[in-house]
Amino acid sequence: MSLVQLKHITRVYKSGSLAVEALRGIDLEISEGNFVSIMGASGSGKSTLMNILGCLDKPTSGNYNLAGEDVSTFDKNRLAKIRNRMLGFVFQSFHLLPRTSALENVELPLLYNDDNLSWKEIHKRAREALEIVSLGDRTDHNPNELSGGQQQRVAIARALVSKPKILLADEPTGNLDSRTTLEIVELFQRLNQDGLTIIMVTHEPEIARFSNRIITLRDGLMSSDKSIEPLNARQALKNWKDQEKIQLESEVLS
Amino acid sequence: MKISAVPYVAFKALRRNRMRTILTALGIVIGVAAVITMVGLGQGASAEVQEQVNRLGQNVVLVFPGARQLGGVSIGGGSANTLTTDDARALREEIPEVIAASPEVRSQTLIVFGNRNYQTRVYGQSHDYLQIRQWAVESGRMYTEEEVERSALVAVVGQTIVEEVFEGADPIGETIRVRGVPLTVIGVLERKGMSLMGSVQDDIVIIPYTTAFQRISGRTHAMVINIQVYDEQSMGIAQEKITDLLRERHRLAPYQENDFTVQTQEDVAQTATETSRIMTLLLASIAGVSLFVGGIGIMNVMLVSVTERTREVGLRLAVGARAPDVLFQFLIEAVVLCLLGGIGGIVLGIISTELIATYAGWPALFSTEAMLVAVGVSAVVGVFFGFYPAWKASRLDPIVALRSE
Ligand SMILES: Nc1ncnc2c1ncn2[C@@H]1O[C@H](COP(=O)(O)OP(=O)(O)O)[C@@H](O)[C@H]1O
Ligand SMILES: [Mg+2]
Repeated sequence: MSLVQLKHITRVYKSGSLAVEALRGIDLEISEGNFVSIMGASGSGKSTLMNILGCLDKPTSGNYNLAGEDVSTFDKNRLAKIRNRMLGFVFQSFHLLPRTSALENVELPLLYNDDNLSWKEIHKRAREALEIVSLGDRTDHNPNELSGGQQQRVAIARALVSKPKILLADEPTGNLDSRTTLEIVELFQRLNQDGLTIIMVTHEPEIARFSNRIITLRDGLMSSDKSIEPLNARQALKNWKDQEKIQLESEVLS
Repeated sequence: MKISAVPYVAFKALRRNRMRTILTALGIVIGVAAVITMVGLGQGASAEVQEQVNRLGQNVVLVFPGARQLGGVSIGGGSANTLTTDDARALREEIPEVIAASPEVRSQTLIVFGNRNYQTRVYGQSHDYLQIRQWAVESGRMYTEEEVERSALVAVVGQTIVEEVFEGADPIGETIRVRGVPLTVIGVLERKGMSLMGSVQDDIVIIPYTTAFQRISGRTHAMVINIQVYDEQSMGIAQEKITDLLRERHRLAPYQENDFTVQTQEDVAQTATETSRIMTLLLASIAGVSLFVGGIGIMNVMLVSVTERTREVGLRLAVGARAPDVLFQFLIEAVVLCLLGGIGGIVLGIISTELIATYAGWPALFSTEAMLVAVGVSAVVGVFFGFYPAWKASRLDPIVALRSE
């Protein structure tokens, strides 16, 4: 059985007499270990779909089955628990707490976990998560002391810290340059190889090519759904580095 | 949410905006300090009053002329002319429980010594007045009954007179003039300090009442009769006998009201403490207003803080915080802010009370209760004024909050 199962999901935004049909009937199954890209023009409903997948929003109609449970019937508190346990979020604008160290930013989800972990355990898990994103040496840095790519990696560590089943990323590289984008995608591929299911919104086709399934939305409906052989991000990063090196050397020579 | 993380997160948030935290807490600091200072001074005044009443003398009964009363205490202040020196003598001679009775007459007047003038109060009293007041002469002696009988031109002076008029020199044997009457100083009184009403009791000249009535005041009736009763058990019976005797002497018919008022030191004490209690309450409520204003400051800042941190709230909700977690977080933040202010307020309150006590010479008393109450009140202020902003934060929708700028 699939990890995610959407059955005829719709979402209508009502504001006054106006009703916007952001999603008009989405049927979608995502199995565990998938790395899915969601593409589509601006306003096609990508973020709306992500919010529903992330249990931040409820569909107007339809069913959402997550890991065998029909979460479309859950109340606010149960959804909060699902978000805390099963899901990790990565946002375009990072959403790190300012003037708060990387470590404490990563610890945040653990504070809302019902297991009443000891502080020692919380610190340990946060440090491990930062090590996964290769920021083990930046635990005490505040966001303003980190580059954009590093900030996004802190955010990814925060999403990973409670060992979620699914990582949801809405345009995670939208604020990053292409080199840093490649690094983030390489990290996603690594996490995916270790078994994490990833759903990522992007409007850059070159980025989507690193995932193994591309879903395209148009006007609130799925217009295409393709499984592909993903490009190797590590290889791409290495090529990039080589090219940079050549460029640098030629500049030095000239 | 992890319980121990709540205060930690609150402190973190307050530290992130250090300047604002300090300024906001300052409102509470001032409020709490004002409450503590006012209560401290008020309670100090009450204690002082109590002490003064005790120093008034033992088993003292005061008879005021007139029946005018306010809260059980005569405010006549000797305006009616119903008490004579003969009344005083009769009280002493005819009532066995009464061991001393002094008809009092006061004059605010100038005394002259050499080329020095000094404004003071001259009291006409009987020879046993000092016994009633539990007062003693430091040097020299008190005048005798015989000297009272013959209206001797003698005076006993307080410490303030020694300092102001005689510049600290020994005044015994010197002659002062009061309204042209030469009086020989025969005794100096012990220092007594402030009175119930805040006047310096040592600023006094005591002379035989006969001399005072005939030569100084021009009055014919006593302003008050100071009476000492044999012992505490006899106080009740003595008061009854005093009333009966005076009614008889004043020829009052049964339907007529007393034309005098009999009071014990307890009556005086009660009124005085009641008065200072009301004063304390009044002062404390004025101070309470500033605490309230401080609380409004807290609410204002918390509202701003919630608006500023909408995205933070959105994020917390996204990673699994529940509405009560968010509510609690902001509430605790407001309470911590108020408690910090409360602690600062206690420190400032103690300092300002000390300063006022030393420089203005007012008595002050610190009570642990007042401080606990101040801290408790500031916590309540935090909850009260922090609740609305916290509730607002907890009602946010995560998606909307995350999208906000
Ligand atoms: N909170 C909202 N209220 C009203 N309309 C909304 C809201 N959020 C999104 N929409 C509308 O729903 C449609 C889909 O939006 P969105 O999911 O954000 O698209 P995308 O992320 O693909 O750009 C758009 O037409 C948008 O204007
Ligand atoms: Mg979007």
